[in-house]
Amino acid sequence: MANRQFATFEVANQLFGVEVDTVQEVLSYNEYTPVPLAPPAVGGLFNLRGQVIAAVDLRVQLGLARQALQGPVMNVILRGDGEPVSLLVDRIGEVVDLDDDAFEPPPDTLSGPTRELVVGTFKLDGRLMLALDVNQAVDTYRATT
Amino acid sequence: MEELGEIVGEFLMESHENLDQIDRDLVDLEQEPNSRDLISRIFRAIHTIKGTSGFLAFSRLEALAHAGESLLSKLRDGVLPVTPETITTLLATIDGVRAMLAAIEENGSDDVNVESVISSIHAQMDTEAAAAPAEAAATPEVAAEPPAAEAVRPAPEPVEGQRKPLGEMLVESGAAQPSDVGSALQQQLEGDERKLGTILLEEGKAQPTAVTEALQAQTPKRSVADQTIRVDVDLLDSLMNMVGELVLARNQLVRGVTELGDTGLVRSAQRLGMITSELQEGIMKTRMQPIDHIWSKLPRVVRDLSSSLGKQVQLVMEGKETELDRSLLEAVKDPLTHLVRNAVDHGIEDVERRAAAGKDPEGTLTLRAYHEGGHVAVEVGDNGAGMDVDRIAAKAVEKGLLRAEQIAGMDKRDIMAMVFQPGFSTAAKVTNVSGRGVGMDVVKTNIERIGGTVSVDSTLGEGTTWRLTIPLTLAIIQALTVDCGDQRYVVPQVAVLELVYIDGQSTKIEYASGAPVYRLRGKLLPLVRLDRALGLDVGGDQGVYIMVLQADGRRFGLVVDRVLNTEEVVVKALNSRFKDIGMYAGATILGDGKVGLILDVSSLARRSHLAVGSERENATGTSRGSGGTGSGERLLITAVGERRLAIPLDTVTRLEEFPRDKIEHAGSREVVQYRNQILPLFRLSHVLGTYSEEPDSDTVPVVVYSEAGRSVALVVDRIVDIAENSTNVRREAEDDGLLGTAVIQQRVTELLDIRRAILAADPNFYRDADDEMLVEA
Repeated sequence: MANRQFATFEVANQLFGVEVDTVQEVLSYNEYTPVPLAPPAVGGLFNLRGQVIAAVDLRVQLGLARQALQGPVMNVILRGDGEPVSLLVDRIGEVVDLDDDAFEPPPDTLSGPTRELVVGTFKLDGRLMLALDVNQAVDTYRATT
Repeated sequence: MEELGEIVGEFLMESHENLDQIDRDLVDLEQEPNSRDLISRIFRAIHTIKGTSGFLAFSRLEALAHAGESLLSKLRDGVLPVTPETITTLLATIDGVRAMLAAIEENGSDDVNVESVISSIHAQMDTEAAAAPAEAAATPEVAAEPPAAEAVRPAPEPVEGQRKPLGEMLVESGAAQPSDVGSALQQQLEGDERKLGTILLEEGKAQPTAVTEALQAQTPKRSVADQTIRVDVDLLDSLMNMVGELVLARNQLVRGVTELGDTGLVRSAQRLGMITSELQEGIMKTRMQPIDHIWSKLPRVVRDLSSSLGKQVQLVMEGKETELDRSLLEAVKDPLTHLVRNAVDHGIEDVERRAAAGKDPEGTLTLRAYHEGGHVAVEVGDNGAGMDVDRIAAKAVEKGLLRAEQIAGMDKRDIMAMVFQPGFSTAAKVTNVSGRGVGMDVVKTNIERIGGTVSVDSTLGEGTTWRLTIPLTLAIIQALTVDCGDQRYVVPQVAVLELVYIDGQSTKIEYASGAPVYRLRGKLLPLVRLDRALGLDVGGDQGVYIMVLQADGRRFGLVVDRVLNTEEVVVKALNSRFKDIGMYAGATILGDGKVGLILDVSSLARRSHLAVGSERENATGTSRGSGGTGSGERLLITAVGERRLAIPLDTVTRLEEFPRDKIEHAGSREVVQYRNQILPLFRLSHVLGTYSEEPDSDTVPVVVYSEAGRSVALVVDRIVDIAENSTNVRREAEDDGLLGTAVIQQRVTELLDIRRAILAADPNFYRDADDEMLVEA
């Protein structure tokens, strides 16, 4: 049974997914505390039930402009290595069940920052979902230009 | 497999504890070689490790423990004498066991080569056996085959804490005759169901008080194992987090309820508040551990080091039970070990030199821990050679840390504090322990990182005492919240010396070739703009605040837009990805639920390229030294009219400037609205009957004083300085509200007795407070 569940979300109209096991929760949050001098991919810090969580701006990681962080932004909170870390995304999608049949490596034509974050492509009905490498996605010290 | 992992985990934890105990016992055993108690205890502990490791199939560990046990059994049976060599071999065995446990913890296998240790144990047994042939011959079978079951199984020993029969106790204390107890026991055997004590009492064979006493003595003191449970530190940490959250939720609730104005609800909310505070305190306590936890390793350190250096050192420990937060204990461990090693290596002289100086050949190293005003003080003192102030001064001049002409005017302690400078070592020769000029500065940095201070005092020829002052807990600190740009930051209050408001008129920021400075009482204070340091948009120079900060012996002013208030904040570790920035000491949740960053004052100073050299002059010039070098209390010096008044700094909640037009009147009192409270103003000039001209500024400086949940603002003319009260030149005062007078900074200064001053102004102040508390309760 090569069947995997992915939590999906959109950034800049592209559908991305991470394996459901890696996700702690999904929530929308209003107020972020910016961290001066931090790498640009750090969106800010917020208070999750008393825990200080760092939010990584996935747009920056993908080589796009920063999130404005005015008003609520959706967070995909990943369990992370020891401490939870959040990905700031545009919109939350569904949880999808995917067969390994639907999997293909990333297309050769995919290049730039996105290529480094993506481990593969899943063919969904009518659209493509890029599976993210979670560790790469939250690594704020990756050189992004 | 999972279960086995848990068993191994428990085994590791238990063994580590046992090993620490064995270490201590072995060092003690060297002192009292004839103590069978100690030998038995060590034997039992090793035996337990051997048994469990056999069960868990760690065969190498079992073999090592077995070898150690064999040697011990010979010591126990008196076949071999206890000598320093056997102790060394046994300590090496313990180290071997430790290494194996570490390997097991890391990769689940005890694959560590300990052949050399085992063979040295056997060599020990053989040589000693040869040296004492008579004794060896007496028990040849034990020497030949140590694994013999007899040698392995410890003889049944009276287990401590086991109940002693009541009859025996009564007989021993002389409260009953052996024959009476015998007959009573006989009656019981014959079916008498009464208890022994009852039989004796009813037959008048013993005094009731004696029986009661014996019964009480008999009731086993609940052993430590019954009273305590092991709790995962992570669980405690998460409880701590939750309580922090609860405090926030409570604050929000109380605020909301107060607005509603429903008395019943307000009362419930206050009750909730009290419970929350107590809960918070309770959880904090669970994280406290006695300092003995880190001290327990030191006897071994001292023993190994002194014997390798050929010195004799006796270690005395006082205040073992003093408790500290767990995380702080961890942070103090290395600096403390360093100080102890340093004291043995450089402090205490060798036997010949001690004898030549007419001292006891055995040096004494004293560790002392005690509570002192919200801090824990830990002292490491030796009665060794002491430090030569002149040599330190000469060295400091040679290294360019001080100028020769400065020395004369410097306090002895300030000169000695030079040893905390990086690269400073007066040790004549470098050993593998210390003297390389690294160490003391690291001690200082590490202690300061946790908000503590280090100082040293020494008398040449008599000894040296190092003193660490450590906050009780790291988790909650007093902090000032400040605004910079549109963000709020948190500054630990320990670093803050004073605040200055820059209005651009009477106080202003000046530039020395582009570098911002402020004239603080005639001396130039280098300034760091927080917005610039954080890479934000740089604001103006007017209507800002300067926080005068001290860290790492540097004094500087931090320019911020606004200073809001002091509060206790719960420190949260910052995500590891921000460690490299170095600008933040942690994060916290602010009153509004947002995350606030806690600034790391020392790295702020470092990153702003403040030269240590230029600052030191500044720091030593004002008798403040590098913080906490003196033992005198810190005083806030204020001016009222022509008089100088000193207020103990610990009683001061904070300093404020109130706009003159914000002062309102309630009855005959002057009040201001302050943080949702009505704060009464007391003019010290009225209280003390001093004529004071109203200065024509728009604000009045006040000192806010709080007690039992109530605050008052004491109006002064000027805040002058903060000074350490080191003089004892005092005269009793006649005036009400004064403790006396003293000479501070060459000026006669009166010491204010705050409570009496307040009572003089408002005799009902404390009574009101009591009444209100009664109502609320």
